[in-house]
Amino acid sequence: MVLHARHLKIKRFNPEKDTKPWWGEYDVEVQPTDRVLDALHEVKWHHDGSLTLRRSCAHGICGSDAMRINGHNALACKVLVKEYKGTITIEPLLGFKVLKDLIVDMDPFFAKYRSVMPYFVNDEAPPERERLQLPEQRDRFDDTTKCILCAACTTSCPVFWSDTEYVGPAAIVQAHRFIFDSRDQGKEQRLEILNEKSGVWKCRTIFNCTEACPRGIEVTRAIGEVKQELLLRRF
Amino acid sequence: MIHTIDALVVGAGGAGLYAALELSKRGVPVAVLSKMYPTRSHTGTAQGGICAALGNLEEDHWEWHMFDTIKGGDYLVDQDAAEILAREAITTIYELEHMGLPFNRTPDGRLDQRFFGGHTRPDPQDPAKRIPVHRACYAADRTGHMILQTLYQQCIKHAVNFYNEFHVLDLIVKDGVCAGVVAVEVRTGELHRFHAKAVLFATGGFGKIFSVTSNAHSLTGDGVAIAYRRGVPMMDMEFFQFHPTGIYQKGILLSEAARSEGAYLVNGKGERFMERYAPQLKELAPRDMISRSIVQEIRAGRGGDGKDYVFLDVRHLGKAVIDAKLPDIMDFVRVYMSRDPLTDLIPIEPTAHYAMGGIPTDNDARVILDSQRTPLHGFYAAGECACVSVHGANRLGTNSLVDILVFGRRAGIDMARYCADRDGVGWTELPAHPEDDTRGAITRIVNGQGGENAGNIRKQMQTEMTQKCGVFRGKDDLRSARDTISELKERYDRLSIQDKSKGFNTDLLEAMELGWLLDIAETTVLGALAREESRGGHAREDFPKRDDAHWLKHTLAYHTEDGVVLQYKPVTITTYEPQERKY
Repeated sequence: MVLHARHLKIKRFNPEKDTKPWWGEYDVEVQPTDRVLDALHEVKWHHDGSLTLRRSCAHGICGSDAMRINGHNALACKVLVKEYKGTITIEPLLGFKVLKDLIVDMDPFFAKYRSVMPYFVNDEAPPERERLQLPEQRDRFDDTTKCILCAACTTSCPVFWSDTEYVGPAAIVQAHRFIFDSRDQGKEQRLEILNEKSGVWKCRTIFNCTEACPRGIEVTRAIGEVKQELLLRRF
Repeated sequence: MIHTIDALVVGAGGAGLYAALELSKRGVPVAVLSKMYPTRSHTGTAQGGICAALGNLEEDHWEWHMFDTIKGGDYLVDQDAAEILAREAITTIYELEHMGLPFNRTPDGRLDQRFFGGHTRPDPQDPAKRIPVHRACYAADRTGHMILQTLYQQCIKHAVNFYNEFHVLDLIVKDGVCAGVVAVEVRTGELHRFHAKAVLFATGGFGKIFSVTSNAHSLTGDGVAIAYRRGVPMMDMEFFQFHPTGIYQKGILLSEAARSEGAYLVNGKGERFMERYAPQLKELAPRDMISRSIVQEIRAGRGGDGKDYVFLDVRHLGKAVIDAKLPDIMDFVRVYMSRDPLTDLIPIEPTAHYAMGGIPTDNDARVILDSQRTPLHGFYAAGECACVSVHGANRLGTNSLVDILVFGRRAGIDMARYCADRDGVGWTELPAHPEDDTRGAITRIVNGQGGENAGNIRKQMQTEMTQKCGVFRGKDDLRSARDTISELKERYDRLSIQDKSKGFNTDLLEAMELGWLLDIAETTVLGALAREESRGGHAREDFPKRDDAHWLKHTLAYHTEDGVVLQYKPVTITTYEPQERKY
């Protein structure tokens, strides 16, 4: 096992004792194929136990450890240290209140998610077996079913940074997943919600969200498809 | 703060959310407590599929699913429970589809199904032989993600009350009746008392006792160990599943779905070695058998590149199949191994994956305390933390998802009945100061001056467990592991932590979790040392044969003042007499 020394610069803030954020600097020994999360654990478990972050699955599925790494949003468990040259700089996500170190307040994020009716609606009595859906109908919304609600997209959006009323890319992705599901009947209500001034029209097609998505979802395209659907409704 | 809520669900994975949904549909006031946000739960990482004998592609019957489950579990399965699992899998799948779950489809729009290890049907050419059956419904290789998302969405629709980032630290029991839990609000550090009629633990597994594991950092066996310290035994802890295809050294899971779609396992000489170990099912044999075969290949000097791994080979599947049916796991290969699965072999090794054991329950998820099936009234467990036992000595692929949903739902239904029944009896009173034990434990850790580091103790425990209590076990190794764990437990009492703050003190909470893991590692090793036979996931090199005459029984490990005490409980056999297990 070959270990390499790496320098980490981590933005720290504990409201119980700090009046403003500060930079913690740490030298850790890691393997090049280690995840940035492994390097953070090396700090927490062997240098400074007070470093605080959220994490769970450690392979890019649970969505807990989205953060800013060298200025770009990423899941700390889905990027390897060898992808970065020199110092690795780690900060909490932008746009939400920092609660401690790399932990931000996710409640407003989930409130926006809840605002778009993020659940299947079909009030007809279901058949005894499955409802039918052709593979091409299923493919129509496949991309947006991948969302893990990590908030990397929403917190990379300059519109969201300056206007927290905006429902944000993640919530629109979730709405898209149902709007284009042939079995769902809540489309009109969801479109109505996204047509409001906090909705899709705030998007300036900047593509930061698509770049930030660790699941490779074409977020900007999904937002565009919802806009298109709203425009079609006018005729 | 004190909360009073009829039904509490601890854990927000598949079992917890399904129970909460059933409770809420029945009008029972319910709250879900999760130490994370619900969508972070480990159900979301399940990849390959969920089995139910729908027969959409070919003839299939729930009885065949039941038989496969029992044989797969090396006859340690309680057969009445396996019958419920196989029957209710079918209704559960339809319910999920009706909730909107985006399953993959057949060309005519029905639910598509794929092969999975150990799931079989009789060969029409030769009914004595069994061949793979298309039984696993799936959503690409993110079936668990879609199940977790769908159930969480439905909980929002049904206005289920969530306490996110509330970490449960104790179970309140008064006069043999469960009366609630103590939890810390992670954000503030405040202790909360939840007074309830019924409590469900759906807290997941504990793969973090091992160093190479597919399990999340959060899988620390909280519920199992908390119940244990309150007198509930741990059942069948020596049975832990090692999944054959973990990413080398990282343990990240590469789903069996790869082999369902036709991937090969090859050794350093390029041989498909499973042809020798399981001539009929080959790469689709059960996981315990494949993991042992891999270790045997490596020990015989036939590892890949002369090292301690073998290869998963998906190159012949082609880009179209990989993109459509295995996108996530191929992404893992690219990200974590910097290899291209279309052109490169993928180094894999067995990874600690799933706990067959856990909190003993009956078929309605009610926790039972002994071989007489004495209940702990008002206390329920479901999902990986529970042991019904539908998995026996080895779980078949996809049956974990079936288990969490079938028994999560049954838990919710029975808790609703129990809460209504308790209306006549009244609420169980809380003891005078139910938080005192928890507050004491926290104070001891926060003020600890012994200088021991939790990270070091954890790492040593994990390494010891992977090296000495892994795919193959032997008496000397197990004795040595027992001594190490006992020494680590002593060191744990001299722990010091650095973070002294109230809010988000994950230094403290990780230390609490480590305490639970040590209890679990201990019962796992002691159960394995006592069980002098090989069965399913428990392979003793010094006792290589299954021994039904002495060991066709479940283990119960109790926490007592004199240390761990092992007792045993009979296996329920209804339909299938134990036979030699060949594939």
